[in-house]
Amino acid sequence: MTQHHRLPAGGAVDRATRLNFTFNGKAYTGHAGDTLAAALLANGVHFVGRSFKYHRPRGIVTAGVEEPNAIVQLERGAHTVPNARATEVMLYDGLVADSVNAQPSLERDRFAFLQRLSRFIPAGFYYKTFMWPRRFWLRYEKRIRAAAGLGHAPAADDPDRYEKIHAHCEVLVIGAGPSGLAAARAAAEHGCRVILVDEQDQLGGSLRASRRQIDGLPAAQWAADMARALAGLPDVTILTRTTAFGYQDHNLVTATQRLTDHLPVRERGGNREKLWRIRAARVVLATGAHERGIVFHNNDLPGIMTASAISTYVRRFGVLPGRQAVLFTNNDSAYATALDLHENGARVCVVDARARSDGTWARQARDAGIRVIQDAVVVAASGRNHVASVRVRGHAAPAANTETIACDLVGVSGGWNPAVHLYSQSGGKASWHDERACFIPGPKAQAACSAGACNGEFSLEGALRDGHLAGADAGRHASGKAPDPAGLPRWQVDPVIETPIQALWLAADGASVDHRYKQFVDFQNDVTAADIHLAAREGFESVEHVKRYTAMGFGTDQGKLGNINGMAILADALGKRIAETGTTTFRPNYTPVTFGALAGRELGSRLDAERQTCIHDWHAAQGAVFEDVGNWKRPWYFPRQGEDMHAAVARECRAVRNGVGILDASTLGKIDVQGPDAVTLLNWVYTNSWTKLAVGKCRYGLMLDENGMVFDDGVNIRLGEQHFLLSTTTGGAARVLTWMERWLQTEWPHLKVHMTSVTDHFATFAVVGPHARKVLQAVCQDVDFSNAAFPFMSFKEGTIDGVFARIMRISFSGELSYEVNVPANAGRHVWDRIMAAGEPYGITPYGTETMHVLRAEKGYIIVGQDTDGSVTPNDLDMGGLVAKNKDFLGKRSLSRADTAKPGRKQFVGLQTEDPRLVLEEGAQLLNQPSRAAVAPLVGHVTSSYFSPALDRSIALGLVEDGLARKGQVVVAALPDGGFAKTRIVSPVFYDQEGARQHVE
Amino acid sequence: MLIIRCPWCGERAEIEFSCGGEADIARPLDSESLDDKKWGDYLFMRENPKGRVREQWHHSFGCRRWFVAERDNVSYRIFKTEPVGQPAGTASTEAAA
Repeated sequence: MTQHHRLPAGGAVDRATRLNFTFNGKAYTGHAGDTLAAALLANGVHFVGRSFKYHRPRGIVTAGVEEPNAIVQLERGAHTVPNARATEVMLYDGLVADSVNAQPSLERDRFAFLQRLSRFIPAGFYYKTFMWPRRFWLRYEKRIRAAAGLGHAPAADDPDRYEKIHAHCEVLVIGAGPSGLAAARAAAEHGCRVILVDEQDQLGGSLRASRRQIDGLPAAQWAADMARALAGLPDVTILTRTTAFGYQDHNLVTATQRLTDHLPVRERGGNREKLWRIRAARVVLATGAHERGIVFHNNDLPGIMTASAISTYVRRFGVLPGRQAVLFTNNDSAYATALDLHENGARVCVVDARARSDGTWARQARDAGIRVIQDAVVVAASGRNHVASVRVRGHAAPAANTETIACDLVGVSGGWNPAVHLYSQSGGKASWHDERACFIPGPKAQAACSAGACNGEFSLEGALRDGHLAGADAGRHASGKAPDPAGLPRWQVDPVIETPIQALWLAADGASVDHRYKQFVDFQNDVTAADIHLAAREGFESVEHVKRYTAMGFGTDQGKLGNINGMAILADALGKRIAETGTTTFRPNYTPVTFGALAGRELGSRLDAERQTCIHDWHAAQGAVFEDVGNWKRPWYFPRQGEDMHAAVARECRAVRNGVGILDASTLGKIDVQGPDAVTLLNWVYTNSWTKLAVGKCRYGLMLDENGMVFDDGVNIRLGEQHFLLSTTTGGAARVLTWMERWLQTEWPHLKVHMTSVTDHFATFAVVGPHARKVLQAVCQDVDFSNAAFPFMSFKEGTIDGVFARIMRISFSGELSYEVNVPANAGRHVWDRIMAAGEPYGITPYGTETMHVLRAEKGYIIVGQDTDGSVTPNDLDMGGLVAKNKDFLGKRSLSRADTAKPGRKQFVGLQTEDPRLVLEEGAQLLNQPSRAAVAPLVGHVTSSYFSPALDRSIALGLVEDGLARKGQVVVAALPDGGFAKTRIVSPVFYDQEGARQHVE
Repeated sequence: MLIIRCPWCGERAEIEFSCGGEADIARPLDSESLDDKKWGDYLFMRENPKGRVREQWHHSFGCRRWFVAERDNVSYRIFKTEPVGQPAGTASTEAAA
């Protein structure tokens, strides 16, 4: 197929390079430098998609990011990109694109019938219609989603790599049109580090398609020269294909740079996108403006575009989108388009809503013989899949100028919307400007300045001047240097005089706005003027509510093209001024951002830190199954050949109770506390007293928050008069240290005490079971392990094969047990020694599951499993640990009316009547079976296991008034809806006298 | 993301810090003699004003020191940061506007 709409000359495309591409399975050619949209138009393809809701035919409307219609599914398989804007996609050889929301084909779309029903499917239709019966929604939803929607997310993993970078500069300039180029130059002259970002492949912005001349050069040429000059400056970083999509706090701007999307898929390599986080002392916003349309009946037909987009296709791409054009305008910029079309052989007629237009271009147009109809509006377009004619009518006098004009192209210009998105994101509030008929930035909210068209300054001379001033001012602030003595650069611009704009939003036949008319405001979400009127009639007054009711501006284009028209139409329907209705909030992101760019390299194992003990490799070699505890990987159990978890845990439990086991407990938090006030600090943060703990002794401590709730626990050692080693739960280590530091630093800074986390410095092994003493005696000769010399809850220092070791005789299992702490670097060596010494006794490594079972048999709590932040020491029947004669954190709260009241949920043991039944952790407890919708619950199961030692199930739980109810029977709710009789018992199931851990 | 000047480390990104809420709440010395309401006031009641606030911040991924920041919770401007318990008038770190 030939490019029969390509002009014989002109444009910045490389005509020597032909690129092949397919659209909807059909082969086409374009040139290097084309966007996909330009290449499609060169081939005469306007009709590129079906609309979201009504499946109406839609064409290319714009030449930039504001495009609502020309969204395509780019490429296939893992590289596919849903909802890419054809106006932004740079053409490459072999590009494959398909329309979205059209099946089986664009021309014979299955849901095309919906457009004939559209008057019966207004805004809110789905909400109102498919509400009842409620349970049917799931069925409706599937059908509705199949009929509506856009592209498909890729099914395969993203094959591309993404990178992030932090950058700092004095002046960040966003947008490289006339004002951005001038600003970057001025800031660079101050010796600042300047970053200039622009979303397009080359700098120049609007200048790339402008008819204007600067210093006697075509604007595009001037821009290219300027870009070259800037690129030669050492402190200027130029980022093209980079969209600044977010303006965050304290002048942080986030931008995404597309590195490979413009290359053929097979030539892509390295990073696909780079996410820039740019922290700038000053920001110059030179983001330009988007031309808006004017709403009329069937204004969404393919072949109807913004006037400036037509100019861009003609001047930048050498593409003539139509040969018989009608331009409908309320301002002077469409006359430039008229000249662009006329000079390239198109027949043009201008329909101008204003009574007069005496601007430079308007006069040139008339002089060139272009027909201009003043004081007239286009009220309707007609055509099948493409515009064929428009109906024109008088504006001030509706009866006048009535005619129908045949055409194959309509250009509309309703004025310009400054791109205030980033300004608004920075915290600023845009305000309505009546004469310029647009929202312009108000006072600045951060160290930023808007310049040029994004500030409502639409003239070229003004944009250059304001850009220069903004850049110089930013440079002066950031560098502290005086302003440029040379003053303003003298860029000579050809003079253009314009006749002021006359605001116009909707051109209707008669006064009627109703659903018979297809007057589209938001093309992507199929919102019409009638929908907005409906919302107003139904009582929606806030523009934010109307947005949500009609879905106006909710598309991937975020309403860049249509929102301002919609707000004006709403204001009119409400009888208000636009300044009163205001705008919706402009939120990040300015344009859609790939998830990959946001994720960067933080994927898989790099998503979060993974902590491993120094024995990890040994555990892995033994086939341990790991579980995550905090960031740690802990062995859960060590299955042997053919064992499931149940069998492995049962074997490990029996080994500990009858022989000896070993647990890698290195993950337990360890905090080294030293100083003359160490005891005082401990007395504040633990419920019990530490004053009388002798050096060399261990003590269990409970830590509460200020609400009196148990927060952490652990066994601490007094290493010296002024020296303690605290242990915390594995998951609580950082929290406990931060908590203690906070109190020390903010409330008791006079205390002389230092805390150091030594969790990673020491490896901790629990050697547990009747043979534990014999194993340690075999590896450690300089410690007397006899019961008299080394009793329960005491501590000794010694050496194991030359390695310094701190050994505590403490127990979390009820067995004879020692915890060996050695420097982590020697951990594996000591572990191997202990394993060798234990071999004659069948020493068995065990994991966290066995540890849990053993401690549950003894009724020892695990903070965070058996407690949940609403449990006091008294609820745990640990009132004995609460000192009466000192204050400590949380103490006063224990006597608050609610915390002290009787009958709170209390910690108890639970025994099912059926000894084989292991309850679900979290199962609810009731006094008797109930089928009530809201059953009276009296407690819940917190821990539940099968106990190999007792050969039956055991559980722990919290039950209202449980301590007083021991011996009573409650029922536990089962997942299958049944109930299991369960007796409230003591939480100590095994060795109630505690004889085993005190063994001689 | 805010830029916060740690009194010890200098300017760092917000991601290194955590906010600890309202500053200048002293723990009652005589907690046992307070009635439930007064203790509840200390535990739960906060001013939560709109505008200029004094807050405790922690340089969690840095020097691990707590400090006081005075900032505007509407504009996010940080007026100054200072060590905890700094007597009025002594050197504090005024943030640049």
